[in-house]
Amino acid sequence: MAKQLIKGNEAIVKSAILAGCRAYYGYPITPASEIAEAAALYMPRAGGVFVQAESEVSAVNMLYGAASAGVRAMSASSGPGISLMQEGISYLAGAELPCVIADITRGGPGLGNIAPEQSDYNQVVKGGGHGCYRMLVLAPASCQEMADLTALAFDLADAYRNPVMVMADGFIGQMMEPVEFAAQAHPPGSQPWAVEGNRETRLNLASSIHLEPDRLEEHIRHLEQKYLRAQREAVRCEHYETGDAEIVLVGYGIVARILKAVVDEARAEGIKAGLLRPITLFPFPSAQLRALARQASVFLTVEMSTGQMVEDVRLALEGRKPVEFYGRCGGNAPSAAEVLQVVREVARRSTPVLIPGAIAKTEVCHG
Amino acid sequence: MAEVPTGYTVLHERPKAFYDTFERKGDLQGQTHYCPGCGHGLAHKMIARAIDELGIQDRVVAVSPVGCAVFTYYYFDTGNVQAAHGRAPAVATAVKRSRPEAIVFSYQGDGDLAAIGTAEILHAANRGENITVFFVNNAVYGMTGGQMAPTTMLGQKTTTSPLGRDAFNEGYPLHVCELLAALEAPVYLERVALGNAKQVMAASRAIKKALTNQVKGLGFSLVEILSPCPTIWKMNPAKAQERVREEMVKVFPPGVYRDRTAEAQTRPAPPPPPRLEELPRLLDLEAHDFTPAADFQPGALDLRIKVAGFGGQGVLMLGEVLAEAGLLLNLDVSWLPSYGPEMRSGTSNCHVRISNRTIASPLVARPTMLLAMNEPSLRKFVADVDKGGWVLYNARSLPADVKAPEGVHVMCVPFTELADTLGEPRAGNIVMLGALLEASGILSREAIDRALEIHVRSARWLELDRRALELGRDAARKELAYACV
Ligand SMILES: Cc1ncc(C[n+]2csc(CCOP(=O)(O)OP(=O)(O)O)c2C)c(N)n1
Ligand code: SF4
Repeated sequence: MAKQLIKGNEAIVKSAILAGCRAYYGYPITPASEIAEAAALYMPRAGGVFVQAESEVSAVNMLYGAASAGVRAMSASSGPGISLMQEGISYLAGAELPCVIADITRGGPGLGNIAPEQSDYNQVVKGGGHGCYRMLVLAPASCQEMADLTALAFDLADAYRNPVMVMADGFIGQMMEPVEFAAQAHPPGSQPWAVEGNRETRLNLASSIHLEPDRLEEHIRHLEQKYLRAQREAVRCEHYETGDAEIVLVGYGIVARILKAVVDEARAEGIKAGLLRPITLFPFPSAQLRALARQASVFLTVEMSTGQMVEDVRLALEGRKPVEFYGRCGGNAPSAAEVLQVVREVARRSTPVLIPGAIAKTEVCHG
Repeated sequence: MAEVPTGYTVLHERPKAFYDTFERKGDLQGQTHYCPGCGHGLAHKMIARAIDELGIQDRVVAVSPVGCAVFTYYYFDTGNVQAAHGRAPAVATAVKRSRPEAIVFSYQGDGDLAAIGTAEILHAANRGENITVFFVNNAVYGMTGGQMAPTTMLGQKTTTSPLGRDAFNEGYPLHVCELLAALEAPVYLERVALGNAKQVMAASRAIKKALTNQVKGLGFSLVEILSPCPTIWKMNPAKAQERVREEMVKVFPPGVYRDRTAEAQTRPAPPPPPRLEELPRLLDLEAHDFTPAADFQPGALDLRIKVAGFGGQGVLMLGEVLAEAGLLLNLDVSWLPSYGPEMRSGTSNCHVRISNRTIASPLVARPTMLLAMNEPSLRKFVADVDKGGWVLYNARSLPADVKAPEGVHVMCVPFTELADTLGEPRAGNIVMLGALLEASGILSREAIDRALEIHVRSARWLELDRRALELGRDAARKELAYACV
């Protein structure tokens, strides 16, 4: 199919429909609203359902209903709305109901602002809801990936019978780039376990309750096995110039795009920099990072937050190599120039760096 | 079911919509988990009977709440979905919307429906969802051990209103039927009671009617059932029934609060879904026919453009047309808008990149072209413009105290004023675009023309914008000629 110049948010909806999604439930919020708007237009055209819910609490429970009925369904929101969805996400994971939620992140905490930030990492990747569950989390860095990873999200949701989050910052949601959509549309299907209101599915039950401790433990172990399987089979990341990298930058989403420019400029100056871009945030590319630690002398994580993913980078490296951090927040994106300055510093001395006037964090600050 | 021995007649049997034995229950699989004399058991039975009578067992999906009725799926031999506390109407909404043939009911207590789930029930009712709601009002939280409910009566003692409900502290009991009757959409709202046999018969009729409405596709129906909770009320079953009959009905008068079943229209069946092959067209994904001219040679191109101005000056659209034209010429492009509070306060800008190589970052920190539609934007970004780059400014000259960086070309033209001569000052952005193309020679005329067609939907505006483009080109030619003199 020919490439379209399209907003990331709109690409999500078109790709979802091509992936067989036929139900959208959501509540408006900047910078995710174009997703609801596009769904309102295109879902009915495709024979699907669109309902503007009364809140994100209701939206996520409508997702629960749609997923119970065995249709591919999705919702989208941003930080404050994702916070409200946490209860429902826990229920979805507990009842093993597949669905896709997009989080187009903005600044927090509280009302924060509507400019892009990556501070939803903890609530999305670590799970803000109760219980031993995980969400699979995909982090697009371009409009093309908004389309591709949304389609993948539906497949993963079905394969793991688990909610999947597509988490992109406001930049990726709001920007336009050329996108090539899937040539083949996925037919809307049904699921053998679904509750469809017919004879074939009459004995089915969607529920997250297991009253007996032994039964609940068994269920939780079963969920755990799925998450372990995801860690073995579903990790995705991009390596950029990491082959001989001595300093490995780690960043996702829009930050990774900026870091690519930084890598190019650093290499032009003779600094052997590379980039590892996690595409799945859970499962996290821990093994890939550890493999790079054999040759690299230092890692630099860059985020639009005061440091959330960096904890996973540190956990992955288990102290093998120093992990530096540089973050901007409040809706500010780090410029390539300022990150390059940090890279120069880090390269010059593998001791902690502090850039005056900017939010630079070091091993020491993290304590 | 066991066969009936000869000589016996069946007067009363378990409804078929119940399981024979309750295998989902851990122990005592022959009996329910409800306390003796509890209204839930009776309500279940009436619902199961109605399902039998309507012959809809295969189609039913029961959505159970959090409360004493959390385990309705132990009993109903139907499709079952267990919902979070208060959210059953949202869950039922979605099941019904995606499976319109299903008969979906939510079954909820008063804490579930009238406290934590007020938003969900109100909006499901207000949307007129074609679902059925059975609302069991026992004036307490049963499952969690007898705390106050929104329907607890004044003076009634509960574990969290130990001195009795006090209007000044806890407010008044919530009247759900009366509340929902204020909405336009509900088709049927009735309050019934389980205080004696006569009331039970009326309840049974209401329950069947509420399900029948859904089968007919009429819309939202709710039956509120005043129900005894002997355990929490610390009464024997007979006393508890008496309380329903004597006390509760005074606070919550039984009756029909809405009945539009006679005039309600049957919902039309959803149209058949489109064929998969039709999706690209329905999703507006068809290709924009355009082939770049064979002699178009972009060479090494790396445009980093910032367009900035007031909201309403069309800076975002100007950027879109540039990016679209770049894409038509098979270049890599990106367009990134400023969005956020600044949009409200009036200024906006976008970053556009057009390159013959893959674009790493879509952010433009050092533009090669600054298109400033107003003075604040000029002041904000002019110092960032790269050597050899361009500044186009929407006025006859730069303000006296503003200087472009060394080696940057500057073109000052009152684009908005020029557009005014076309009778539409809002076309100033396209006048500027014309000037940019003429001055810089980037992109091809055909690609820009096609990009305009794609982005400008109204014929009047397209015509206007074409003229604006020419006006801009002319103005730039004059400026350039002047600069050469
Ligand atoms: C979010 C949440 N808050 C609180 C609870 C605890 N809880 C379980 S049942 C219940 C009250 C149920 O009362 P009601 O809806 O009146 O039903 P009944 O038990 O009386 O039938 C509460 C508060 C919960 N499960 N989830
Ligand atoms: S506590 Fe009350 S509502 Fe719950 S089962 Fe017992 S009698 Fe019924």
